[in-house]
Amino acid sequence: MLQKTTSGGDKIIQCLEREGVEVIYGYSGGAAMPIFDALVDSKIKFVLVRHEQGATHMADGYARATGKPGVVLVTSGPGATNCVTGLLTALMDSVPMIVLTGQTITPMLGKDAFQEADVTGITYPVVKHSYLVKNAADIPRVMKEAFYIATSGRPGPVLIDLPKDITQGPCNAPMVDEVHLPGYHIPGRADSELIKKAAAIISKSKKPVLYVGHGAVISGAGKAIMLLAEKLNAPIVNTLLGKGACPEDHPLNQGMLGMHGTAYANKTVSGCDMIMAIGARWDDRITGKLSEFCKEATKIHIDIDVAEFNKIIRPDVSLAGDAKMVVEDLLPLVGKLDTADWLKDINGWRKQFPLKYPKKGGLRAQYVLDRLDKLGGRDCIITTDVGQHQMWAAQFCLTTKNRHWLSSGGAGTMGFGFPAAIGAAMATGKPTWCVVGDGGFQMTLCELATAALQKVPVKILIINNSYLGMIRQWQELFFDNRLSGADLEGNPDFVKLAAAYGVPGKRVKRAGDVDKAIKWAMAYNDGPCLVEAEVVKDDNVFPMIPAGAPLTGMIIEKPKTKMEKPTGST
Amino acid sequence: MTATTDKISKPEARGAKFELDPGKAPRRDIVTDVIVQPLHTISLLVRNKPGVLCRVAMVFARRGYNLESLVVSPALWNANDGTAPGEFSRMTITCSGDPDALEQIIKQLEKLIDVVHAIDHTGQAVIESELALVKMKAGLKDRTEILQVAENFKAKVVDYSAESMILRCAGETEKLDAFVGLLKPFGIIELVRSGKILMARGLEET
Ligand SMILES: Cc1ncc(C[n+]2csc(CCOP(=O)(O)OP(=O)(O)O)c2C)c(N)n1
Ligand SMILES: [Mg+2]
Repeated sequence: MLQKTTSGGDKIIQCLEREGVEVIYGYSGGAAMPIFDALVDSKIKFVLVRHEQGATHMADGYARATGKPGVVLVTSGPGATNCVTGLLTALMDSVPMIVLTGQTITPMLGKDAFQEADVTGITYPVVKHSYLVKNAADIPRVMKEAFYIATSGRPGPVLIDLPKDITQGPCNAPMVDEVHLPGYHIPGRADSELIKKAAAIISKSKKPVLYVGHGAVISGAGKAIMLLAEKLNAPIVNTLLGKGACPEDHPLNQGMLGMHGTAYANKTVSGCDMIMAIGARWDDRITGKLSEFCKEATKIHIDIDVAEFNKIIRPDVSLAGDAKMVVEDLLPLVGKLDTADWLKDINGWRKQFPLKYPKKGGLRAQYVLDRLDKLGGRDCIITTDVGQHQMWAAQFCLTTKNRHWLSSGGAGTMGFGFPAAIGAAMATGKPTWCVVGDGGFQMTLCELATAALQKVPVKILIINNSYLGMIRQWQELFFDNRLSGADLEGNPDFVKLAAAYGVPGKRVKRAGDVDKAIKWAMAYNDGPCLVEAEVVKDDNVFPMIPAGAPLTGMIIEKPKTKMEKPTGST
Repeated sequence: MTATTDKISKPEARGAKFELDPGKAPRRDIVTDVIVQPLHTISLLVRNKPGVLCRVAMVFARRGYNLESLVVSPALWNANDGTAPGEFSRMTITCSGDPDALEQIIKQLEKLIDVVHAIDHTGQAVIESELALVKMKAGLKDRTEILQVAENFKAKVVDYSAESMILRCAGETEKLDAFVGLLKPFGIIELVRSGKILMARGLEET
């Protein structure tokens, strides 16, 4: 029998199969045709999305939920540029992703060919690394390197631009099993002298706090951190993306810190004498006014990315390495600390400043999310979009399992939540709640078709306040309530809209109906479903630390007097 | 990057506002005539891949750092340690900007997959050198004096015609600044400088 010659496209698919790829999210087009053709004969599942941005967020959700790289395949020009937001989102939150983009044929590069875009050029700032493959023989090496780079060290997205003549033409290059990257260094275990120094600092502390970020989730450091916290008897706070590394229902865990964190988490951080960042990067949403942040406290920073050291703060000790390994190495060197008074203070704050919200005046998003938490939300994956609903979900939906909370933190990308939920649900088969605003849902709602087709167990919870709520909140608090570009008039009937895609939905307007709707969605197991909560339109997220204010400038409720415009980054 | 390119594309501007300011820091920029931060010199060993220059330049551009000069050249290769000709390049970058940002810049450069290492040599004992080609208006009247300047700076005449000559001078950047400054009154037609290269002294790595 005549053997079919292997094309570049075939080779790419073979490489993906060797890497264990199960699913590709994407959208076809002329320049990617040879790769799509090769997919026909592959076991890899291809999911046709409805917009390339959706493909990137699905791959992102897949990756966040599993730790495995998400894979995207799109065509050249507009197909590729539609992926830029997804690349930024993944880069900012250290998510492993491979984005394959079709490209015009190599002789036409730079000649304004149809659907040509300088994709490697456009994406330089939003990738961990990228390739333009100009030689079919390079395919196996590039693919091997790309997966290695995307998933190792501090993970991130890698883009591979693939000219059509390369994917269409023959490729006889053998598979590659080793990578040779002399410029790529990944720290593993931290320097043992520095670990000793850190242990000495910890041992002197009377008011320690462990500040846990996404790096702890990625490295799976949660168990080690819990052992450390319990051994030291030290409190934990976590970042928005650090939710789930350590169970938030543990008495030592004070929940989320930062701009909309719990009052007791922020008070714990303001009052500490030693703070140890574990896979967290002192983001401006965390530190507030930097010159006031933990002024008196000694600081230890554990990170796999040495570029994070001294970027925002200068720690007393920087430990370069994998969060889990570093914490494990620290464990035997420390003992119980005398933190009884400290924990008493913190428990006092917990009682004095609990999360609260007005119970009157209509249905509250906080109530809906609190009920979701109580009715089994903790056993589900929760993804969020960006805005008020995201912060309320972070506050009221406790995360107790690693990789069960997926939210766009660094980029704050509206439109992320729903496609990310599709990716996470497909990857894990777990029921996945997507908490989304009426604004952000409309950015990627075309993926209702994808969700319905794939019959994913995604439960969409729209927190509908008829506003770009977070924008309205800032305008109310800092701009004399001069609302500008915040009113979402013209919203569709979301339940009918879902029905048009064959997705059943329920609308709730009263607190009394919330449990029934959540239980219905929990029990629904024939694909995606939707719950729309029509909530109070002008509610605000508190506590709040205005951007650029010190943590002590936290407000628990709306102040009577007008507030200064925030000076922080955004 | 743009600024650097501008300077290179307008050779006459380079010596135009020259003012000798030897050894003082911060120094006066000879093109813009403004006082600038002391210069930093960074050397990089990079993999010679398409786009590596762009990636490196973007690390600076994103932080508003100005590149004063940038020299890229093939690095030594050695079949014994598995390196191939053309596999690696050297970059020597002279730049100015907020010193606090420099640590970040070096680390971000190091983070690039194609950068093998990035070393800041500011304030270190290094051997540095630059090359200048100067095309002079050189009629009969000025010739002798120009040649005298050239001799004092150990510059070489590499092209000679009735109306012009080209001088080639090598040395430290400050020396070239002085050389160009002394030639200026005679009328420089074109000036091309290579940008600084350097090497760490002793067994230190560059
Ligand atoms: C793509 C994108 N555009 C704009 C913003 C700025 N932004 C942040 S929150 C927000 C409002 C979100 O409104 P909605 O989705 O209704 O959520 P809500 O705040 O009302 O819960 C906006 C516009 C963003 N984060 N992302
Ligand atoms: Mg809204």
